[in-house]
Amino acid sequence: MRSLRTYAPLLALPAVAVGLHGVLAAEGDIARMTQLIMSAYYALVVIGLCLLMGYAGQASLGHAGFFALGGYVSAAMTTCNLLPWRQTTAVRLCEIAGLLIERKDPFGMPLLSFSPWAAFATAMLVCGAVAFVIGVPVIRLRGHYLAMATLGFGLIVYRIVLAAAVFGQADGISNVPPFELLPGLRIGGSRAWRVENYYIAWGAVMAAMLLAINLINSRVGLALRSIHESEEAAHSLGVDTYRYKLAVFVFSALLAGAGGVLLTHYNGSISPSEASVMKSVRYVAIVAAGGMANLWGALGMGMVLNYLSLRGQFGRYDEAVFGLILIAMMLFAPQGLLRPVDWSVVRRLLAGRARNG
Amino acid sequence: MVWAQIVQYCLSGITVGSVYAIVAIGFNIIYNTTGIINFAQGEFLILGAMTAVSLAQVMPLWPAIACAVVLTTIVGGLVELLFIRPVRQASPLRLIVVTIGVSILMREGMLHVWDEKVRALPYFTGSGVSTVRVLGAHVSPQVLWVLGVCAAIVAGLTLFFRCTLTGRAMRACADDRMAARLCGVNDRRMVALSFMLSAGIGALAGCVVSPITQTQYDMGAPLAIKGFTVAILGGLGNSAGAVAAGLLLGLLEVFAMSQLPVAYKEAVAIVVLLLVLVFRPTGLFVRRESASLRTA
Amino acid sequence: MRKIFALAVAAAVAVIIAGQSGCGKGGSKSEAEAPIKIGALFAITGPGSFLGAPEAKTAEMFRDRINAAGGINGRKIELLVRDTATTPANAISLAKKLIEEDKVLAIIGPSTSGETMAIKQLCEENRTILISCAAAETIVNPLARYVFKTPQKDSDAARWIFRTMKEMGLTRAGVITSNDGFGVAGAEQLKKLAPESGITIVISESYDKNETDLTGVLTKLKGQNVEAVINWSIVPAQSLVAKNMKQIALNVPLFQSHGFGNIRYVRAGGEAANGTLFPCGRLLVAEVLPDSHPQKKLLVEYKREYEARYKEDVSTFGGHAYDAMLIITEAIRKAGSTDREKVRDAIESLKGLVGTAGIFNFSPQDHNGLGMDAFEMLTVKDGKFALYEKKAAPATGRASPNE
Repeated sequence: MRSLRTYAPLLALPAVAVGLHGVLAAEGDIARMTQLIMSAYYALVVIGLCLLMGYAGQASLGHAGFFALGGYVSAAMTTCNLLPWRQTTAVRLCEIAGLLIERKDPFGMPLLSFSPWAAFATAMLVCGAVAFVIGVPVIRLRGHYLAMATLGFGLIVYRIVLAAAVFGQADGISNVPPFELLPGLRIGGSRAWRVENYYIAWGAVMAAMLLAINLINSRVGLALRSIHESEEAAHSLGVDTYRYKLAVFVFSALLAGAGGVLLTHYNGSISPSEASVMKSVRYVAIVAAGGMANLWGALGMGMVLNYLSLRGQFGRYDEAVFGLILIAMMLFAPQGLLRPVDWSVVRRLLAGRARNG
Repeated sequence: MVWAQIVQYCLSGITVGSVYAIVAIGFNIIYNTTGIINFAQGEFLILGAMTAVSLAQVMPLWPAIACAVVLTTIVGGLVELLFIRPVRQASPLRLIVVTIGVSILMREGMLHVWDEKVRALPYFTGSGVSTVRVLGAHVSPQVLWVLGVCAAIVAGLTLFFRCTLTGRAMRACADDRMAARLCGVNDRRMVALSFMLSAGIGALAGCVVSPITQTQYDMGAPLAIKGFTVAILGGLGNSAGAVAAGLLLGLLEVFAMSQLPVAYKEAVAIVVLLLVLVFRPTGLFVRRESASLRTA
Repeated sequence: MRKIFALAVAAAVAVIIAGQSGCGKGGSKSEAEAPIKIGALFAITGPGSFLGAPEAKTAEMFRDRINAAGGINGRKIELLVRDTATTPANAISLAKKLIEEDKVLAIIGPSTSGETMAIKQLCEENRTILISCAAAETIVNPLARYVFKTPQKDSDAARWIFRTMKEMGLTRAGVITSNDGFGVAGAEQLKKLAPESGITIVISESYDKNETDLTGVLTKLKGQNVEAVINWSIVPAQSLVAKNMKQIALNVPLFQSHGFGNIRYVRAGGEAANGTLFPCGRLLVAEVLPDSHPQKKLLVEYKREYEARYKEDVSTFGGHAYDAMLIITEAIRKAGSTDREKVRDAIESLKGLVGTAGIFNFSPQDHNGLGMDAFEMLTVKDGKFALYEKKAAPATGRASPNE
């Protein structure tokens, strides 16, 4: 069922990446990569949200909460100082397991904190667990109730990171160390590592798109598209709507959390504004602009809009721009600015099952 | 706790609760007639208050408030005409997205017209330091105004929906739009009217609380969120439920504040929202008939 | 089909990005005449806009004045103002843009502590001078060689409040703070410094910065028989506290923080604001200062110019940007060059520099330059700011908070 053709478009990504690199290098403006890198990590959230909204048809007004959850867990774990507790059993076990590293903070003070890989794994676990726990009761809600519930979730995350001392309260967590993927390959904001970070970010996007395309073309994905077309029909054909929706919800949460972890290490900090309602709304606006069920559209829009916003192109009208996009898209181009996904596959699937069923 | 303190807390709770209730009623009016949740509801309150503040500088207070209510009502109608009516293939998701967009635009618009400064209407009676004794507690006379105006709004709406032809027509649309249309009700006009009505009562409520809460361009969103919580708590579409739920939430928040660190106060509304959605999405005071009718 | 669309998207992306041709590329002027580039990151929109908007206006006003007078050592100042929307991620992105593409000598701002901490290391690593307009102690402690700040110390403000309380014979304080960075920092300082001043903090609560009704919190304080209320927050809570206190008949002295620095808050508080006590820079009482005071001339001039140009009341927040501009321009002038090391050293050597927040005395160990004398205890009389006059130790000092 899956041919090489479905994966071929992925090759466009490295082509674009190298192409852009060339353009920027020619203009002597490698520095602009930084906004591209940040946009790429935000795009991970958008890809997940697109799957959720477009393919599973579930609105989420709280996805920034998962982004923040991933970022904050990772930040807290990599900046904590366990030296005072070095003798306790828990800490010693962690050390033996290789989860901790000793390092110095920017001002020379010795620290004992978790390694970025351990933090990343924990962040993923937390995001997944929370998404599962939230998802189980919430996925069966419909329409605006689901939107409200996800909004509530995003707000709770925001309130927690704003209030908890371990999360730095209103100022957030800064001095987050770089994430060493392999010896010599680090995710961090320093100018010396800019080009490698650029390719790491594109790599992350490629990986996410790969997973997403896999999902769409798998049984789960086809089932989802049938649900999207007509939930009753799918249900009557024996498609377990609930399980699939939950799976996509958790998957999109994991993607968002991964984006959060990576961006936090790149930026070296995270703050409560990453969990705010406005951020969640932005992600929704981007998915809407790209076309609800159009992965490539969402990715493209995500990169472009975030890039422009981060560079301050919209000036004081940043918020207004996203508001306008929301409205304009819904009024004039509900399918997004690019053509939508081909639904014929779904029709064939439903026809096939009806014949065999 | 001393009796006077309890009364003091209760009055605090009822004051904020009645504002939440008005916002929720605004949601309900629109929801009942159209099935849409209007995320921009909070902005109507702020718009009304801001307009009244500006007008109050050139005319006496009461005409200023009246004009502000009228202007905001017109804006409500425009919002429906320009942003809601033209949406094709209206699904709940699409409409939610549109109203979020409207709320953002209204907020940014208010920022650019009135900038970020905090404003407030003058107190209707007395001033910022006036205080009256009620059952052993002290409150600003404005609190009594808030309670009075909210009660009047609820009473007025009940009369409107029960006794006037237009009100009954709107209820008909809420019950069954197609049937209402068949009976000759202009449902498109009812939709516009519902937005205008919501905007109007929102503006009035915004004006009456402005002296005590002050008004800033971005206060709409938190109000809307509390308003949804109350609307859902009371049962979406159930206005009497909204009033009860509003007062309940207000009291819950205040009593949580008295026993726990104040920092957790904001969490109360969110936790309530999530609990209701998970365990009883149709609300506490559900009317069985209306509960099943609303499909996603 | 999909491949074509993917390529179309990619092409569009590439065009948009490439189309942003280097906006930071220098002109063809010779080195000596090229303008001095200074970046400015302010929270012109977003929750910090009450800080960033006046700061941006002040900075631009200052630049115009300097350029009208011929610039520094013959070179004009080019001020690149960027709006961070009070978001640290934006601050990082824009700071990188200013540092790497526009190659600025220094950055003024940001407006809030969260944003400053997010770019502190970045500026330090890139040897870009950062003069922040945010208040957190952690900006200059631990010390970074290139990072400075202009607002006064929170700890000094707390000390002033406690000192005045002691003078008034009050010992039991109820502290309420907002949950933003400023409030949290204030709560910490108050807690830390209360014991040494002999003040007991009976109850300390934190409320949401967007809170619209504080009667509940204040009722809680009232129940604890506090002798004074200390509120550490920013707008709009400040005016609200004053009114709510009177409305629930909590008639004890109200102390505010130096966030109360704009006459608007007094007006918003109306009658209730009279009698509020707070430590503040002298900008707000510029007119009533004695003529011999070194700050008077500068403050009166700033106030006059700002209010004439922007038709709005001056605030101490805008003053922080004024001081930042003053510091960088004075340092460049003193160093006689735009070499980063030299300018940085020049800043550290500035002494007796008269600014709006106080008189700055920098040193390699002190990157803030202000001490307790930067503050003056102010009060509100008849709707106007006035200097607080120490009353003789009151016989009836303990106001009873409950009826």
